[in-house]
Order: sequence, then structure tokens, then C-alpha cells
Amino acid sequence: MTVSSTEPHLTKATRSPLLAVAGLAVSFEVDGETHQAVHDASFELHRGQVLALVGESGSGKSVTAMATLGLLPATARVSGSITLAGTELIGAEPRLLREVRGGRIGTIFQEPMTALNPVFTIGDQIAEAIRAHRPVRRAAAAAQVLELLGTVGLDDPSRVARSYPHELSGGQLQRAMISMAISCDPVLLIADEPTTALDVTVQAGILDLLRDLRKRLDMAVLLITHDMGVVADVADTVVVLRDGQIVEQATAAQLFSAPRHEYTRTLLHAVPRLPELRLAEPGTPQPPEPQPLDPTLPPPVVQLRNVVVEYPGRRRGHPVRAVDDVCLHIDQGEMVALVGESGSGKSTIGRALAGLLPTTSGTVTVAGVEVGRATRRELRNFRSQLGIVFQDPASSLNPRRTVGASIAEPLSLHTDLSPDAQRRRVDELLEAVELPSRLHDRHPHEMSGGQRQRVAIARAIALNPALLIADEPTSALDVSVQARILDLLLALQRQIGFSCLFISHDLAVVEQLADRVAVLHRGRVVEEGPVQTVLRAPRHPYTARLLAAAPVADPTRQALRREAWRQLTLASP
Amino acid sequence: MSTDTPLAPPAPARPPRPARRRGVRQLWQRLAADRWAVAGAGGVAFFLVVAAAAPLFSALGGHDPYSYDLDALTDSGAPKGFGGGISGAHWFGVEPMTGRDLFAIVVHGARTSILVGAGATAASMLIGVVVGLTAGFYGGWYDRVVTRVVDVLLGFPYLIFVIGLGAIVPTSLPKPLLLVGVLAVFGWPGVARVVRSQTLALKQRTFVVASTALGAGGWHLLVRQLLPNLTATIIVYATIKIPAMIGAEAALSFLGVGVPPPTPAWGRSIGEAIAWVQTDPMFLVFPGAALFLATLAFNLLGDGLRDAFDPKTAGLRR
Repeated sequence: MTVSSTEPHLTKATRSPLLAVAGLAVSFEVDGETHQAVHDASFELHRGQVLALVGESGSGKSVTAMATLGLLPATARVSGSITLAGTELIGAEPRLLREVRGGRIGTIFQEPMTALNPVFTIGDQIAEAIRAHRPVRRAAAAAQVLELLGTVGLDDPSRVARSYPHELSGGQLQRAMISMAISCDPVLLIADEPTTALDVTVQAGILDLLRDLRKRLDMAVLLITHDMGVVADVADTVVVLRDGQIVEQATAAQLFSAPRHEYTRTLLHAVPRLPELRLAEPGTPQPPEPQPLDPTLPPPVVQLRNVVVEYPGRRRGHPVRAVDDVCLHIDQGEMVALVGESGSGKSTIGRALAGLLPTTSGTVTVAGVEVGRATRRELRNFRSQLGIVFQDPASSLNPRRTVGASIAEPLSLHTDLSPDAQRRRVDELLEAVELPSRLHDRHPHEMSGGQRQRVAIARAIALNPALLIADEPTSALDVSVQARILDLLLALQRQIGFSCLFISHDLAVVEQLADRVAVLHRGRVVEEGPVQTVLRAPRHPYTARLLAAAPVADPTRQALRREAWRQLTLASP
Repeated sequence: MSTDTPLAPPAPARPPRPARRRGVRQLWQRLAADRWAVAGAGGVAFFLVVAAAAPLFSALGGHDPYSYDLDALTDSGAPKGFGGGISGAHWFGVEPMTGRDLFAIVVHGARTSILVGAGATAASMLIGVVVGLTAGFYGGWYDRVVTRVVDVLLGFPYLIFVIGLGAIVPTSLPKPLLLVGVLAVFGWPGVARVVRSQTLALKQRTFVVASTALGAGGWHLLVRQLLPNLTATIIVYATIKIPAMIGAEAALSFLGVGVPPPTPAWGRSIGEAIAWVQTDPMFLVFPGAALFLATLAFNLLGDGLRDAFDPKTAGLRR
């Protein structure tokens, strides 16, 4: 179903569109079955515009983009029409397609680390991209590379050009990828989830760059994303896809203020919201220090005192300090969130809590057991009080065991229940995580991502643990699924009363869920306190930057946040 | 009850994921669709039947592999008649010098070859999997020692060792048993290497970490978490190892250090046939063809199994 475009398009209708997709249908034939990935998709993209293709996994958004480049696998059947400035791309000669790819259409992929070849320098790879399309001399290409790297806001272009991919950070690599994509002055830039693998503060910079490049080079950008915040930040028009069909097509302002299709509404509704940002004025009186522990209260379930975790460095080098002097406690029945960007040490703390990593110094006490000093037997007993939910349920469940066997694992390790009793308990647990008991004998690969994560949660709560560690439990899931998993976690916590350490990079999720939050930056806790205070009026500049960088699904509010983020990064680069 | 399909309006059902439905049934379907694998499986089944019912088959021909028939030979010891003495009585002809029935020898030789091949494979797989799995899982000094031993054994000139060994072991020790032992001792290091590297990769996977965090001990992790994920590797490796072992046994028998005469063995027959190849080429052809077909059948089956276990090769064939 295609919704006809409205007024904002009429003014541009006189100009012919740069990219016109009409009646595009893509199907895949696998083992004799036909799977329709895209049905009858039509949209137009004009120069200087950003069009966002939005949808959850399996909605056909990436397939649509790959069809534009003619890069679908041989099993795909494509019909309809895709024209780039009047040239038909479907069924075009391979020679023409090669000219278009990298020449007239530049592409950025999700994972910059894997999109670049690890054995060549960045400079060589960009120069190769240039020389593939233009007959320029080596020296001229090298000069152009430096200019391009400067254009995308990299500080020291000549150093970056000499570097190999593993020597640069994710943000730097994505900027290098962008410079490669724009090296031949493309008229269209396809960005397939360009910031999904990056931290929010880096993401804000990349989105800023995309917006800036579009204006400067007068390109069109086809942005593929699942993140409504990113859409609100950069898109002019939005196409919402579900199961290969376009359900809504509108300008960004219209879509966010008055979504017409029900699916769009549920999608927007499922996005967790951040509170209004109030940045503390310099010189604001500091709130009082947290009270010393009241001796009459029961002791905290988790107590970390001056914990340091170091990883051995490479070859006699200095050890890498992943966690630096962290103090933290979790009271009974409390949900404490640990937020930070990648490399901040949040997962390391989670693993040290479970006794999966040795601490270098400091003490970790969980449920009265000092984890570092526990004997094997004590450690085993202590682990019966602990449940862990990992980020990717696809890899945290053994692919060769049935769901029932996976959930029963803690039961058979720590209890003497008979097989019948175990089966009854597993059914109870399946019910507790709202899964039908007929899934008992399925294997993980026969289930959806959300169902798998429910299974992992069922396993974690099988022994009514005192502490549940949830390490990014929803970041591999679609946003509507995420909302339901978070609801489930909250309900279970109320019911069972476990304490919970919730590790996340997503501040909005933390806001919804946690009582208290600790913000980690380079292994140190820079700010800690009740969620309401920390996320509404952050005291530490890093927390403020983190909050301002997180995009919200509302274009007008996002514009304000963007401004705030710019101010903050200018103030403390 | 709720499932995790998107919230509001009911979405059309997602198509079932291809190539990953029910494990074993899927495996059979994929194997059955591969013509070469089916042919290999047929060949393997044929040789197994022949080996198991060798006396029955040779009785069908009316001879056993031990009785001499000097009437079938000329004075110089060469078989009388066409193609090494092929006749209604001797279907594959006879052995020069002795006149033993070649059909009975080839049929009984299958027994020796498959017994030694399967036995040596089973023993080397067992040692290799246990050592590789524990070395990869526990690491530390144990792993370092194991890796060194594997390196030494893989670099060892085993043929010279076996020939030397054949000369010094007491004759009371049954030769087939010795062969199995020697082939197993030199066969396990390769298996251990593959299993160890797979284990190293597997133990980093989150489900193993998750199981550790649940309080699982070493035995549980090895047997319940790691081993089931290694079955595909082990099965495929074993089917490819059997023909290599059969070949190795034949090579040793060819060199005269395998099973002793008069026990029928393809390798020794081939070795003896070399001297007769000018006058009686069929003496070389029959045992040679049997050896070739048996190893080919096992290799085809192994290849087919490997492809069937690996979902990524689905679209490549057919």
C-alpha cells in the first residue's frame, strides 16, 4: 500500500527526482520456496534530500537498497523499476552498474571494521576507489585522499591515510568509509545503518557530518535505519516498511507529529523516551553526598569496593585497566543500571561480579560471598544465587540443546529434582516468561530473537536468584520486542524480588527501568545516583554529553538536543 | 500467551527459515539430494556387506581363500587360460604360484581392510577427541605439552618406525591388532589438532560462558555443552579418515609389514602382483580396483556428509 505524497512534495514535483523507485518487488527462492522480500515499493528521492527507509528486521529495507546497487544474490528475482537520474538500473549492463557503484552512488555500511580490508592502509583503499573510476595518477590520487579525509572531519589526514583499519577507532573508520563513498562525487549516498555499531557520542558526530555533506555536496542520501531517533535527527522524508510493504510515507515532521498508520504509531510508541534535558548551570550547588549506609538496613546484595580489573597487555606491554577503582552497591530488590559507551568497562564489571574474571585488586561481595576468595564449592553455591542474561540470545543458548534442556540446566546442576519435577518447573518458567509450553522441545534456531531472549531469562530465574545480571539484554532486538522484554523483566523483578544489575548503553531504556544509575567512563564511575536526578540534571560533563548525544524520536526536540550537544562538545572536546 | 511478533496489526506469518528445520531429517534430505553422496553411501554399504558375509560370498564361488589349486597353474606358476585364469570356477582368476581363488581373496581382503581401517579410525578418533577437547578446554601447561607431542608425532617418520617395529615385536602379538595400534598412535594427532582448535573457538561462545556462570563444572561443560557442538566435525572427520586408514593398511601390507600371509589383504596382493604385471595383469587389477572403489566410496560419503552438515554450501550444488 502506498500513501500518496502530500504538499511538501508538490513544490519539488516540477524537478524530476534523482532516484525513482516504482513498483519494486524482490523475491528470493530458497529450497524451492519463494519468499517475497519486497512488494510493490515506490518512492522518490530528490537532490539534497535525506530519505529514511525505516523498519524492523526482516522488513526489506536493506534489500531495497541493495537492489538499487544491483548487489542482490543470484537467487533474487527483481521486478519493477529503479531509475537514477533517468537511467534504468534494473537489468542494466554489468558495465553500467560498475560505473554507477562507487561512481554515481556511494555506499556506507553498518560495520566499518569489516567493510574495510584489514591488510591495506586507509589511504591505499581510498586511492583505489578513486582510480577505479577516474584515470588519475598515483600522486594526484594521494593528494585527493588527504583532501577527502580532511573533508570528513578527521584531524590528522596524513596519519589516518597511513594507518591500517585496526589502528583507528570505529568513529574514525566510519568517517574514512564516508570519505571513500564520496570520493567520486556521487549524486546519491546510500547509508545502511551507518551508526548502529557506534557509540551515541560518535553517532552524533557522524550524523552531523552526513547532514553537512548533503548540504555542501548537494547529494541525496538514502538512509536505512531502525532507529527512530536517527530518523528524527537527519531525515526529510520517511518511508516506513513492514514485511516488505510500505505502510506509510511522509515528511519527517508529519510522520512524528501525526503518524497515520497504526504500525507507525506502535513503532513510535515502543521507542523508550528520555526526559527533557536540563543541563546544570555552572556553579549549581552540588546535591548532598549519598548518605552512609544505615546499619539497621539489611546488608546490600552486591558490594564492590575499590575494584580494579586489568587485562594483560600485549607482549610485556602495560596491562590495560578496564575497570579502575569502582565502588558500587546494590540493595536487596533494587535495580541498578550501569551505563557507558563501548570500552567503558561495564561488561567487565558484570563478569567480575559473576566470578568469570579475576579482579586485580579490591573486593567483590555478592550475597555474603567474597567472589575473589571463594573456594570452588563456595563459588558453585554462590552461582546458584545468580542469573545472567546476555546480549545476544542466539549465542547464549546452546544451539544443539532444546529449549527445555537449556532452561533445566541450572535445575540439574543445583537441585535434586526428578526429571518429571524438572519438566514441571520448566513449564512453570515458560509460563512466567509468557511463552507457550509447546516450545519445550524446540531448538533455539526455530524461534524468534525475542522468544530466545525470553528463554534466556527463564533460565536465569530458574533458581529464584538473589541477583540477576542483565548485560545489554535488548540491544540485539527490534524496538517493539525490546519494549516487551523490558516489561517482562520489570514484572519478574516485582514478583521474585531479585536485585538486578542492568548493563546498557541506552539511556532511555535505563530511565524506564532502573532505580539507580552509575555512569562509567573509561573504567571509572563518573556519576552515580537515582535515575531521576542523574538523567534529568546531570552533574558530570560526560553524563551531560552522553545524554545530549542520544537522539530522540521527535524532530523539534531533537534539533534542540543537537544544539545542546554541539555546545557541550565545543566546551569540552 | 504472547509471542514477539510486532505489536499491533497481525503481521503475515514469516516464511519458515530455510535449511534449518529439524536437524537429522534435514540432514538426510540434503544427503539424499546429493547424487555422489548417495553413490558413496551405496558403495560403503556394499563393501560392509561383503566384508561381513565374506565366507558366504566365497562359498558362492565354491572356494575358500586358503586352499591351493595347482591344476589351475602352468609349470612356470602362471595361471592357465585367459585373464589370469578367469573361468566359471574362478571368477576373478587365480593367484599365481599358489592357484588360490582370487575372488575369495578379494572378498576376504575386504574384511581385513575394513576391520583395520575402522578399528584404527575409531581408536585414533577416540584418543584425538579426548586429548583435543581437554587440551583446548583446560589450556595451560597440559595444552602446551599436548601441542608439542602432536607436533612431534606429526613430524615423525612413521613408515621407518613401523617397518622397524614389525621386525622387533614378538610374533605372538596378532598383526592386525598391532596395525590398528600403530595407525591409531600416528592417526590421533591430526584429529586432536582439529578438535582442539574447534574447542578453543567454542569455549569463547556465550552459551559456554553462560553455563559457567550457572555454576557448571568442567565435566558438564565438556560433555553437555562442547561435545554436542563437535559431533558434525567428528562424524565428517571419521568418514574421511577411514579410507586414509584403509590406504595406510594397504601400503603397509604392500611393504610386507602388514598382516602376514596367508591372511588375505588387498595391499599384499597388490604388492605381489607387481612382479606379475607383465604376464598376469588381472592379478593387479582386481584387488587394486577393490581398494580404489572402497576408498572412493568412503571419501564420497565423507564429502557429502560435510556438505550436508554445512548449511552454507546449500546453494552451491545442484
